[in-house]
Amino acid sequence: MIDAATLWTVIIGLGVGSFLLRFAFLGFVGDRPLPEWMLRHLRYTAVASLPALCAPLVVYSGDGGTTEPSRLAAAIVTLVAGALSRNVFVAIGAGAATLLGAVYLLG
Amino acid sequence: MTTTTTKSAYLAGLRDGAPFILVAGPFAVLFGVLATEAGLNLFEVMTFSLVVIAGAAQFTALQLMQDNAPTVIVLVSALAVNLRVAMYSAALTPYLGAAPLWQRVFVAYLLVDQSYALSHARFEAVPEMSIPQRVAYYFGACTLVMIFWFGCSYAGAALGTALPADLPLDFALPIAFLSMVAPMLRTLPHLAAAATAIVLSLLAVDVPHSLGLLIGGIGGMIAGAQTELWLGRRRA
Repeated sequence: MIDAATLWTVIIGLGVGSFLLRFAFLGFVGDRPLPEWMLRHLRYTAVASLPALCAPLVVYSGDGGTTEPSRLAAAIVTLVAGALSRNVFVAIGAGAATLLGAVYLLG
Repeated sequence: MTTTTTKSAYLAGLRDGAPFILVAGPFAVLFGVLATEAGLNLFEVMTFSLVVIAGAAQFTALQLMQDNAPTVIVLVSALAVNLRVAMYSAALTPYLGAAPLWQRVFVAYLLVDQSYALSHARFEAVPEMSIPQRVAYYFGACTLVMIFWFGCSYAGAALGTALPADLPLDFALPIAFLSMVAPMLRTLPHLAAAATAIVLSLLAVDVPHSLGLLIGGIGGMIAGAQTELWLGRRRA
């Protein structure tokens, strides 16, 4: 359970912070160009941060830090289907079908 | 000769934005469901979606709060996940930087993957658009996506408690995120960034305060940037 004070601090802080990120250049910088090294790092935020969030949830998905085979299989199928099809919905469908199949058929 | 009026630019944006409800809608439903499962009430879910409008950052914050991470770590990690909107802001500034301040405030508030991708492509393709036409197109592209974002957050929150308890919802988040990432893995630097992030986040899993996400994310970004530089030098 998340306590109310933490939740509201996060909602407001994240709202203000996200707005500042979005407003930073449109509002403050004008049309001065960004340094190339900064753009080079910003290009990889999504492909770095999202896998970093997922990897522990996949690998330590079982009780007491073990790996749950159904979760690992679903994650691998999602990645492969998404990389081959280049389509978010194909990836979600394949991953969800694998997970549900593994959970309900294999128990 | 004026090729497009402000109104037709808005309608063009509305039309181009329509297919993106298929992306925003399901993620909003999922957020509503997971947030309700985590104990948030309807008002909290809706405020969260209204104030932040960033699926990935909202999911990240939700996950870390459930892991009892310190509030500072929750904020820094979720904002790090959302860093790409700063890049979008930079990319749109040459086209919209001259618009009135109050309009730029709303442009910034509504800046998400879809509104950026659509409007940047349009502004580049049609350089003769005036500033009011660009702003109108942008708001047109946002309209349906935002209606579905808020509507589907509500639907998910209302649905959350009604779903069967044995659905493996704990794993909806990894599947959603991995499905977003997989199609992006199209170059060697992108693969290097993802692989480094995965290895570092697994090694850092016992680092206190849920700092593993930041370590993995920053390490992955550096790996991607360095691989890009290395490839550039080899070509040169």
